[in-house]
Amino acid sequence: MAAGDFLSGIEFISPSEFAKKKIQSIQEYSILAAQSVVNLFRQPRYWADVIQQMDLIGFGSLPIVLASVFFTGAALALNSATTLSRFGATTVIGQLVSIGIVRELGPVLAGLVVAGRNSSGMASELGSMIVTEQIDAMRALGTDPMKKLVTPRVVATVVMLFFLTILGDFMGLLGGSIVASILLGMDAHEYWSNAWQTLVFSDVFMGLMKPLVFGFIVATVGCYYGLSTKGGTWSTYS
Amino acid sequence: MVTPSLPVAAPTTTMEDQAQDVIVFDDVAIAFEDNAVLKGISFRLPRGESKALFGVAGSGKSLILKMALGLLRPDRGHIYTLGQDVTQMREEDLFELRRKVGIVFQESALFDSLRVRDNVGYRLMEEGVSQDEIDRRVREVLRFVELEHTVDMFPAELSGGMRRRVAIARAIITQPETLLYDSPTGGLDPVTSTTIVELIVKQRDVYKTSSLLVTHRLQDAFTMATHCFDPKSNHMQPVARGGRVEVPMTFLILREGKVIFDGELHDLVTTKDEYIREYIS
Ligand SMILES: Nc1ncnc2c1ncn2[C@@H]1O[C@H](COP(=O)(O)OP(=O)(O)OP(=O)(O)O)[C@@H](O)[C@H]1O
Ligand SMILES: [Mg+2]
Repeated sequence: MAAGDFLSGIEFISPSEFAKKKIQSIQEYSILAAQSVVNLFRQPRYWADVIQQMDLIGFGSLPIVLASVFFTGAALALNSATTLSRFGATTVIGQLVSIGIVRELGPVLAGLVVAGRNSSGMASELGSMIVTEQIDAMRALGTDPMKKLVTPRVVATVVMLFFLTILGDFMGLLGGSIVASILLGMDAHEYWSNAWQTLVFSDVFMGLMKPLVFGFIVATVGCYYGLSTKGGTWSTYS
Repeated sequence: MVTPSLPVAAPTTTMEDQAQDVIVFDDVAIAFEDNAVLKGISFRLPRGESKALFGVAGSGKSLILKMALGLLRPDRGHIYTLGQDVTQMREEDLFELRRKVGIVFQESALFDSLRVRDNVGYRLMEEGVSQDEIDRRVREVLRFVELEHTVDMFPAELSGGMRRRVAIARAIITQPETLLYDSPTGGLDPVTSTTIVELIVKQRDVYKTSSLLVTHRLQDAFTMATHCFDPKSNHMQPVARGGRVEVPMTFLILREGKVIFDGELHDLVTTKDEYIREYIS
């Protein structure tokens, strides 16, 4: 009792309180992430919502993903050309661009675009649904918001980010080839065969696993921030 | 300070009573950080009865309705809705129970992204009813609240009073045996309020639903307690004084986290409690 009174007079967040809060949010996030996957194996499934989200995420982000990867591929080719020409090794530009884009930059750029465009959108959309009691209304009407809102967003983001990355990778290679053939006067056929031949299974595999992981993280984090909006009753959900 | 001068119905929570009662609160308390909102609330809502809940803003009326559906868990006590203890149930099992109870939220809580038709027919869609059947029933229930023409509109295109009525339509489309109304007439003009009161009275007298009703407007609750629905004229009629018809309506007043009154209209108007007299004057 006395210790409690003593502590309540002091104006600071106690470290244990702080740690408790952090651990609690980690726990809540983990539950959300796990449920979003488990719900795939449970009825009911909301396919119409999945399709709608796919349209929003996939087609909505397509032009901007394509443009950003295209210019990155072009810039990559241009930058490396300066260095490589000193060694007379401009023929390896194709290799450089293809490894860089397929393994790293394609997935990362597509992920960034989707995070910026859709993840924040999910957070604000679900947050406003919490504040206007639409989530409570949904629960009151007998629908699990996890199944109706979270799982479709996660599935749609993972699937669409995968395809966005594939299309983005092609655009990146195309950007590189345009720079290589127009500005550097390389043979386009040489560039493409070079780019194609360097890619081994592990590059492609890694490059295509990443969007799955990124997509999952992007969507679950967006949904988590939306649903943990202050004033919501969601965190009492177990 | 003021001790209740009226006996507050002590709830008994035997299994037999729970079958009779649609909602039972047994010593329910809830607090948010330092703010103890409810400090041990007990009451019963028998089947077929309507109970009006009063209390100043922030006294926890909306919380009572949300807790009755298990949307929020109390810190202490038990709540039996349709005989099941919602404080002990898992969220998954609650969905089944919630389908049998309709709720109208204080701010309507319509889904912004759905048209009125899909909002109202939401439950039917969830149950996998055919589209034609949904169309038919949505029209029927919208006719009941006199908003048939709004079927293809979005909630943003409706006025506050219309949204309230759409929310009522959404709650009653499956004809649940229990309804929870949160301030259905709040912030509305007297004419629209009367329309909504009439709807609730109609629901109570025609379909014999039990309901818990939060309201800020005392006169609305008085109207409900003194009128009954006449199906012939399709309007509510005052009950003759001393008449045979009993209106199944009780009142409950909250103050500082406690129930200070739970009883009938007659007891309410003859109470000697200062606070209640001031409240109802
Ligand atoms: N999710 C929440 N988090 C923190 N405090 C809350 C939460 N929900 C309600 N409260 C607090 O509980 C109290 C009661 O809220 P409630 O919404 O039940 O009031 P009310 O009786 O419905 O008021 P009104 O007549 O204005 O609608 C308020 O003081 C409010 O601050
Ligand atoms: Mg309220």
